[in-house]
Amino acid sequence: MTITAAAKKRRPKYLSLPAILFEIRLPLPALVSILHRISGLLLVLPMTAWLLYLLDASLASPEGFEEVRGQYLRQPLVKLGLIVFAWAFFHHLCAGIRFLLLDLDKGIQLPAARATSVAVLAVSLLLTAVFAVALW
Amino acid sequence: MVSRIITGAHYGLRDWLAQRITAAIMAAYSVILAIVLLTGQPMSYPVWRDLFAQGWMRVATLLFAVSLAWHAWVGMRDILMDYVKPTAARLGLEILTLLLLAVYLGWTVQILWR
Repeated sequence: MTITAAAKKRRPKYLSLPAILFEIRLPLPALVSILHRISGLLLVLPMTAWLLYLLDASLASPEGFEEVRGQYLRQPLVKLGLIVFAWAFFHHLCAGIRFLLLDLDKGIQLPAARATSVAVLAVSLLLTAVFAVALW
Repeated sequence: MVSRIITGAHYGLRDWLAQRITAAIMAAYSVILAIVLLTGQPMSYPVWRDLFAQGWMRVATLLFAVSLAWHAWVGMRDILMDYVKPTAARLGLEILTLLLLAVYLGWTVQILWR
């Protein structure tokens, strides 16, 4: 059998953004992986800058502490931001623990890898929910 | 067997290991901080100030900040290598990342030892 040049697949294949977002359904471990990247990026910028700003203001003086705690952190938009931070933090932590276990060859079979992926997604959302309830 | 004797070449093992060690340090700090905050006295300015006035807390927080900078550098570099193909743009973003992380580190030191 001969393969003509036209019949050969062109590699590498670049996917359009709509295809990535709407056509391809990611396997659960891949979803955990890309969310690990997105949450990591969010934690670097803007979350670390924001939390350092809050730490700075709250430690500077009693007035600063009261302003942060009594006024700033009571605003709904700020609380929403803290909940986004909490999700990014918990997801990054849970997925990170999973990756450490994978490095140690724990849970690398497909059924186990799927189960731990579900666990990471569920536990991080649950912890975020607990945080949100405590905050509000 | 392939023997690669290339002076100065490394294959990312050090970065890989550093990312994991710093991750463990940050996870331990986070758990300890959560326990301290949840089991301590009701939060007020004196409690908050005294917590960060203690020597061990300052050192631990600095260790956390250094770990974060190193960990984030490895992670950001991975992301930039994967998604930003033009060399000039990638280099520019890498420099911005390093500057940002250096600012975070300096800011943390300033907050802890003012």
